[in-house]
Amino acid sequence: MSEKILEVKNLHTSFFTDSGEVKAVNGVSFSLEAGKILGIVGESGSGKSVTAYSIMQILAGTGKVVEGEILYKGENILNYNKNQMRSFRGKVCSIIFQDPMTSLNPTFTIGSQLMEAILLHTDRNKEQARERAAEMLTLVGVNEPEKRLKQYPHELSGGMRQRVMIAMALACEPDILIADEPTTALDVTIQAQILELMQDLQKKLGMAIIMVTHDLGVIAGMCDEVIVMYGGRVCERGTADAIFYHSAHEYTKGLLRSIPSASNMKEKLVPIEGTPINLLNMPKGCAFCSRCDNAMKICLEQKPDEMWVGEDHLASCWMNVKKEMQEKAGVTNE
Amino acid sequence: MSDTKNLVEVRDLKMHFPVKTGWNKTIPLKAVDGVSFDIKPGETLGLVGESGCGKTTVGRTLLRLYTPTSGEFRYNGELVTEKNMPSLRKEMQMVFQDPYSSLNPRMTVEDIIGEPLDVHKLYSSRDERREKILKLMETVGLNAEHATRYAHEFSGGQRQRIGIARALAVDPKFIVCDEPVSALDVSIQAQVVNMFEELQEKLGVAYLFIAHDLLVVHHISDRIAVMYLGKIVEIADADELNENPIHPYTTSLLSAVPIPDPNIARSRKRITLEGEIPSPLHTPSGCAFRTRCPYATEKCAQECPTLQDRGNGHQVACFNR
Repeated sequence: MSEKILEVKNLHTSFFTDSGEVKAVNGVSFSLEAGKILGIVGESGSGKSVTAYSIMQILAGTGKVVEGEILYKGENILNYNKNQMRSFRGKVCSIIFQDPMTSLNPTFTIGSQLMEAILLHTDRNKEQARERAAEMLTLVGVNEPEKRLKQYPHELSGGMRQRVMIAMALACEPDILIADEPTTALDVTIQAQILELMQDLQKKLGMAIIMVTHDLGVIAGMCDEVIVMYGGRVCERGTADAIFYHSAHEYTKGLLRSIPSASNMKEKLVPIEGTPINLLNMPKGCAFCSRCDNAMKICLEQKPDEMWVGEDHLASCWMNVKKEMQEKAGVTNE
Repeated sequence: MSDTKNLVEVRDLKMHFPVKTGWNKTIPLKAVDGVSFDIKPGETLGLVGESGCGKTTVGRTLLRLYTPTSGEFRYNGELVTEKNMPSLRKEMQMVFQDPYSSLNPRMTVEDIIGEPLDVHKLYSSRDERREKILKLMETVGLNAEHATRYAHEFSGGQRQRIGIARALAVDPKFIVCDEPVSALDVSIQAQVVNMFEELQEKLGVAYLFIAHDLLVVHHISDRIAVMYLGKIVEIADADELNENPIHPYTTSLLSAVPIPDPNIARSRKRITLEGEIPSPLHTPSGCAFRTRCPYATEKCAQECPTLQDRGNGHQVACFNR
């Protein structure tokens, strides 16, 4: 039995803008087990990145966690002070961002950026930190590490930069690695290299990974557990197989129907009609109801709670209640 | 093999950009280096490849947004030159990747869609102009009340619809779609892909569909061409290419596509390519792919393979496969 390393309980994160409170995350809960890969999937505006940023406490100035708890080994990190948070970031929990160009500082060499975290979090001296940096570059498959340490980010390609980011994130052997769309900016063959590298490193170093992405293909290939988010809420959670083969939320079903796959090449895609919801103006009921084909009266009025629909599989959709009731009614009729 | 005439014929198209390397030294960046293909009326040719392979440049060069270094482009049998391009623009249009930067923020939707009508003087009265615009908006699924709004008031998917309506305004027969869905969310992507397919059925337009998402390209295309460093390495029927890829680059590209199905994703073997695309400023001699190719031999370094037909119009440029 592996231990729960991170627990997020009823997280609410809002951004206070001139036009009002934008509720980006609305009561998200999940737990992450040591050494597992958790996928968070959703469209833009679904709150998946904000959830990740809330854990790292790197929200933009107007953003704030208004409710909820984030427990690392039982300790609520929201109560941490600045210094505690500083040692949490990088040492316990690291993040890699989508765009490796903007997340590296163009005015410092790769070496000094890699060494910064190592010097801050470990008691290595400069010489040892340099060795460690070179070792990390070798680990992530960057050739000629000694030469690379002296280079600037612009001298490397996109794939190489993302490898440097991974090296930086893993330099202090964190327990948790958050990957926020790590391959979205990369080409497919490079994406395959980076995903393979992440899986290898996960096996070697045993950290837990939170994989934030919009790409269901990436999720299918590497995640143990999956959370589907829409409008700042969790729609559905379960093992990858449960989500892909027995999806129990109308949004997940719609999402899977709308992407081309081997089975529907000759057919028309079935898009989800409408546009993503406006977070300034959240509906009273289910966030997805305005785009849902099967929306019922109750969907408009009451927010569905998460319900068990199978072993290790939860969904918050009224359709499941309807189905259950119909099954029960069917049994009594006979 | 075919009886219908080709709408688009491209022969040995080259687009080299001069790049300054010293104060009076320039070397050519071979963005497109000898590309040939045909498109029939109402057909979709998918063009795939990684960033920097020159796929966007092909589209832009066809529409003379760049003047090609050499090569021929025939439209309906007519050789396209600098001179007759302005009138041919009515026949060929483009839809751009980024719906945020390809629409003028200071113009209303009505004026954006109306601009091609103005340029080609396709109306006789204000009323006719307005009527045409409203009809175009209806075709792409926009409401009439959107006409007076500005581009920033729309979501990404709706903006892409405005861009498509603008392209359709002059009633073209050939549209270059440069990554039209890659900036959109998954659920919106399907809406736009479907619209492209419906428009083709209704209006009979031919597409050159440029994208890097192989699943989307496979879905929409009749035939697919794969580009690597300025050259087409394989071109075939969409299903044929996906089931029976021959060129080692195509094989690895297809195996790298993430498939949204856990069982397939777990069981299949990825062919991971070593290294990265070489700089197009210093392309390897012979076959450009040889530096990453597991089958490369001596010959690949000396000679450049040309596209050879392997039956059923499946063309491959490789010595060893």
